[in-house]
Amino acid sequence: MPRDNNIKKVLVIGSGPIVIGQGAEFDYSGTQACQTLKEDGVEVVLVNSNPATIMTDKGVADKTYIEPLTTEFIEKIIAKERPDSLIAGMGGQTGLNLSVELYDKGILDKYNVKVIGTSIESIKEGEDRDRFKKLMERINQPIIQSEIVTSLEDGLRVALELGYPIVVRPAYTLGGSGGGIADTEEELVEILTQGLHLSRAGQVLLEKSIKGWKEIEYEVIRDAYGNTIAVCNMENVDPVGVHTGDSIVVAPTQTLTAYETSMLRSASMDIINAIEIKGGCNVQFALNPISFEYVVIEINPRVSRSSALASKATGYPIARVAAKIALGYALDEIKNAVTGSTYACYDPTIDYVVVKIPKWPFDKFAEGKRNLGTKMMATGEVMAIGNSFEAAFLKGIRSLEIGKYSLNHKPSGLRSLDELKIKVQIPDDERIFDLAEMLRRNYRVDMVSKITGMDPFFVQKIKSIVEEEEKLKEISIEEMDERSLRNLKKKGFSDKGIADLMNCSPDDIYKLRMKWKIQPVYKMVDTCAGEFDAVSPYYYSTYDEYDEVEVSSNKKVMVIGSGPIRIGQGVEFDYCSVHGVLALKKAGIETIIVNNNPETVSTDFNVADKLYFEPLTEEDVLNIIDKEKPDGLILQFGGQTAIKLAKFFKEIDIPILGTKPEQIDAAEDREKFDALLEELGIMRPKGKAVWSVEEGIKEASLLGYPVLVRPSYVLGGQGMEITYGDLELKRYLSDAFVKDKKNPVLIDRYLLGKEIEVDAICDGEDILIPGIMEHLERAGVHSGDSISVYPTQNVSQSIKDEIVEETRRIALALKVVGMINIQYIEYNGELYIIEVNPRSSRTVPYISKVAGIPMIELATRAMLGEKLKDMPYGTGLYKEGNMIAVKVPVFSTQKLPNVEMSLGPEMKSTGEVLGVGYDMMEALYKGFIAAGMDIPNEKGTILTTINSHHKKEFLPLAKKFAQKGYKIVATQGTSEFLKNEGIESMVIKKLVEGSNDIIDKIRNGKIDMVIDIPTKGRDSHSDGFRIRRAGIEAGINVFTSLDTVRGLLDLMDANLDASKVGIIDLGAE
Amino acid sequence: MKATLILENGTVFEGKAFGYLQEAIGEVVFNTSMAGYQEIITDPASYGQIVAMTYPLIGNYGINLDDMESDGPKIRALIVREKAEHPSNWRNEMELNGYLKQNKVIGLEGIDTRALTKVLRNEGTMAGIITLRDLSPGQIEHKFKAYHNLDAVAQVSKTQKYTIDGNGKHLAFIDFGSKKSIINILKNMGFKLSVYPFNATAEEILQDNPEAIILSAGPGDPNLLKDSVKNIQNLISKKAIFGFGLGCDLLAMALGGEIIKLKYGHRGANHPVKNLSSGKILITSQNHGYVVSEKAAHDVVITHRNINDGTIEGIKHKDLPVMGVQFSPDAETFKDFIDVIGGFEDAKR
Repeated sequence: MPRDNNIKKVLVIGSGPIVIGQGAEFDYSGTQACQTLKEDGVEVVLVNSNPATIMTDKGVADKTYIEPLTTEFIEKIIAKERPDSLIAGMGGQTGLNLSVELYDKGILDKYNVKVIGTSIESIKEGEDRDRFKKLMERINQPIIQSEIVTSLEDGLRVALELGYPIVVRPAYTLGGSGGGIADTEEELVEILTQGLHLSRAGQVLLEKSIKGWKEIEYEVIRDAYGNTIAVCNMENVDPVGVHTGDSIVVAPTQTLTAYETSMLRSASMDIINAIEIKGGCNVQFALNPISFEYVVIEINPRVSRSSALASKATGYPIARVAAKIALGYALDEIKNAVTGSTYACYDPTIDYVVVKIPKWPFDKFAEGKRNLGTKMMATGEVMAIGNSFEAAFLKGIRSLEIGKYSLNHKPSGLRSLDELKIKVQIPDDERIFDLAEMLRRNYRVDMVSKITGMDPFFVQKIKSIVEEEEKLKEISIEEMDERSLRNLKKKGFSDKGIADLMNCSPDDIYKLRMKWKIQPVYKMVDTCAGEFDAVSPYYYSTYDEYDEVEVSSNKKVMVIGSGPIRIGQGVEFDYCSVHGVLALKKAGIETIIVNNNPETVSTDFNVADKLYFEPLTEEDVLNIIDKEKPDGLILQFGGQTAIKLAKFFKEIDIPILGTKPEQIDAAEDREKFDALLEELGIMRPKGKAVWSVEEGIKEASLLGYPVLVRPSYVLGGQGMEITYGDLELKRYLSDAFVKDKKNPVLIDRYLLGKEIEVDAICDGEDILIPGIMEHLERAGVHSGDSISVYPTQNVSQSIKDEIVEETRRIALALKVVGMINIQYIEYNGELYIIEVNPRSSRTVPYISKVAGIPMIELATRAMLGEKLKDMPYGTGLYKEGNMIAVKVPVFSTQKLPNVEMSLGPEMKSTGEVLGVGYDMMEALYKGFIAAGMDIPNEKGTILTTINSHHKKEFLPLAKKFAQKGYKIVATQGTSEFLKNEGIESMVIKKLVEGSNDIIDKIRNGKIDMVIDIPTKGRDSHSDGFRIRRAGIEAGINVFTSLDTVRGLLDLMDANLDASKVGIIDLGAE
Repeated sequence: MKATLILENGTVFEGKAFGYLQEAIGEVVFNTSMAGYQEIITDPASYGQIVAMTYPLIGNYGINLDDMESDGPKIRALIVREKAEHPSNWRNEMELNGYLKQNKVIGLEGIDTRALTKVLRNEGTMAGIITLRDLSPGQIEHKFKAYHNLDAVAQVSKTQKYTIDGNGKHLAFIDFGSKKSIINILKNMGFKLSVYPFNATAEEILQDNPEAIILSAGPGDPNLLKDSVKNIQNLISKKAIFGFGLGCDLLAMALGGEIIKLKYGHRGANHPVKNLSSGKILITSQNHGYVVSEKAAHDVVITHRNINDGTIEGIKHKDLPVMGVQFSPDAETFKDFIDVIGGFEDAKR
């Protein structure tokens, strides 16, 4: 059946800001969907609040709205654009939920918008627990059996039906207390008796335990005519119990017989046929490891993180095919874009192994609970392709950028076998290393498998890696022979991994490899295991015989991607990498991209001329360089991941385009950078490196409090703190020196000034600043966590002039060619510099969009030798537009138990949204709404706990709240202070005073907003910490910066709502 | 132990031998199934072949006695990139290595299987030798010249007729080398089956008066089975007939069609086939190297086509209840056939 020609204009809803559980994968799928629809002559209207995405780029859709993802705003867009159709499944759960809401509220009907692709009724059938359960029963697909019981007798009867072990979940108890797993009737009697007693309703849910079952996923597609295919199946290495987003996942399944795979495949097909999916769907199963018994855990009737993984694992573009299906095409009418000759209607088959490993944010949240469970905690993931499980797995490990090149993990090595045994039974981010350590100590494979639930197949594979590692520890470089080294490389060992174990340098190994000609070959990802000729330029390395990748004689440039999404390095760097590639293509240069993140647009096979899906380590990148011999390398678009490689490539003399490695070093090395500023006569907050507590206290008294302190060896604000007095400083310093005696602590004067940020392009002679941004929060809050406003609203012309001048001088002094990002503080009318990043930054995508300047393209052209004066955007500060854009950070801290959420020098946000308007309040309003912050306009109750340094500053704000009729609840100190100033408040007891009143009030919905200005974060026992956690866990606004509160009050004064603000098509600007 | 694969075109791959350490010669084919090595090894339609698996890890879940497609391996040799040393599955009863050794089949591991696949894809399937010693060019030439696979069907077909009880229709099943699983499908559908050796005569079969006849898949070149074709010609117009795989080829020939060899065959679990009358697409499992030529006889209607290469995957007689498919049929396909018989009988009434 050909395409439905009634579809002329389609609304696509994006997934909004990156949060844990909803990441860059939806930029990938959304972009692919928009492009596919446009290819078919459909006019695409896109709405997404996330400005860091490729999909919101001019040209991806026809109309681009960076607006809050609420039904009010989307209705406005529908009313204005009058699309005839809506595609629901491209924007993750957010897009899906909004589509359902629009449908339920009658908005789609009102404007005559029909849903194409999977219908709303089908979505509901798949999403609604009850309807899904009934459907599964109807089509005889097993789900986890459960029953509610109210008595012990009842329970024992049910347990007999369901079989042991059985999960006991008392209803209405906090945090699952009183529950457990009963293996025997005896245990059940005990747990159930207690559970019935504890449950306020006297109800207990008994559920069949599937603990230790294999978790298997199927990515399946169905067209409107009932044709179905399975794109990929995947096996979670971690059994049921760990969220699939937090599991190591292997594709295809490894330990299932053909009978089992075909059983689950046909179950998937039965399900999507029954639900009438029209597009992609993910089906999750739990499979009993010792029988054919299985249950359907859940389905996702949309593209998903797993479908992005399946797309990258097989080369099959699921989002593209789903979009085509939505237009009415049958699967056999859609060409396989990878082979170019066959069709999209078949089950792809692969001839390699794919391993996905999650990237967790625990490096940023050292205090957080690292235990993995049913709630996802990873911010991103890496994917690796190899010819064996070991090779793919080791590639994955080194792609994580956690400094691991083997399975050797010091902390695991320090644990006793008993400790390890306990630890591996509670999954966490270290489990794989702990488990390897147990195997290293000759703990039995089958026992590891038994206590972790991981299939012995995988445990044995890890054991075989460990055995090789142990052998390497025993030999010296002289004893290494060609055969052993070749075997190690085939097995996936990196030069550095081998070198570390042998106590030599990676270069020694590299030289041996060159001597013995042990070099990787590259194979193609082609969806068909070589059965058909393929045109897709998508490759991976393997130590095999034949290389099938041809190297052209064209001029070519390699762009290094940014690896897994993590806090501080998000989708914005993928945006930059992709635009770098596009700019190079435009310049007629062959492009090569290297990246390992399956969620991204950059790893879509049709972005660069060649895609190498490889770890971003020195060796893996060098191997590709050795093969391709590119004319240049671009590092400055791939965030810190790519920049990190600069030194290595400089040493081996690989041409790096743009800013040279020594200049990058000059910007990143504090001493060199200080010297440079000195030379240029540019001010920075005074500071010094100190080596002892005493020296620190002395230095602080010279600088004057507050001071900013941080360990010297970390980047990105990790461990940074603001201290207000000797006591605090002493504590910080003694802590720091206990942890690390070898490095100094840096103490800077903390300037409580206005933070201003610029991104500039420099061609070595001139600069272009597309715009100057001003942060709402004053210095001290990480720039990534600040609300940032463009153009500046409160910066004088003279300061702006100074910024332009200083930026120019620094960029030229650092010989920057390409992008540079500088952060300034304006303090008492004077400008100080606080940070320089000689690379593209987080703010580049949004400034490019609102200023209308293709920044990355210009930077790339500059790197290729063009001059800014010859480009159409001029030099100096670009004229300010009439639009105001407010970037608001979005956090995932509520998903990470026991993690500090207050704003500070360390970045904590995972994503961002943009509010765009013609007036500051309008833009700020949209930013707040898009970020999910409710603007309270009814009279509510505010809980305030303000530290002594900020009480004065809080006063006018408190007065305003009081005037507006808010009730203020405060702890003793704050309350007294307010009372003295004539503001009434209700006193609430502190937690340290032995009362849980505060937490109870928050949990019971008696508090509408928390304003908590902490003295010091991270101490999970402190009152403030627990109040903040209780607040975000209860889903209410918690403000930890008075600047944000001030913004909020301004907004309340403006009294805006969705009906009073307009929407702006950024594609048209 | 070192072993070498020498292809007819002179390409050589060096790897390690496993299984039964004895030289083997056969037609080298590749199979793209990611799971199902056990079924492929024991599929009688693979008789005499050297099968290379494109998926690199083979043997992961071991071998079990339940999933056999026949009484033992039918292939000459198995080529894998990496055989599993430590298989894992609750039904794992044997290791691949031991199973092959026990059944005198050589394995070759550690070669670049993707490179081999590309050779076969570009130049077509060809004969190959897996050898443990160094062969002289003369020896190699001699071996290739002497190689044939002419009696494949006779090697795998049963020699005696046997029956399987059932309450449903009585079907005659001519076994040219069928997978066990197909017989099981029919059994599970409740048919009463009379299973005949490939060389059973039309008279023998008609004597038992079955309601329909199934021509099974099997190995080798259908063009070598002239007697079977004649036999089938004697059955057409007397009984409803359904052929699959080799059985489909023979049926086409019996109807006056021609069979040609595919360059590199259809071997895998992911072959898309379109039913031309319903428009429905089936993802099918296939294991065949021959196909019905487009120069079909005028009484034949093409019912199925492969979506990837457009080759004929199914035919039927324009009037008679006679049909065949190239792929491994599932219960649905048999149901369709039975419906056709039913419809045909209704029409006769």
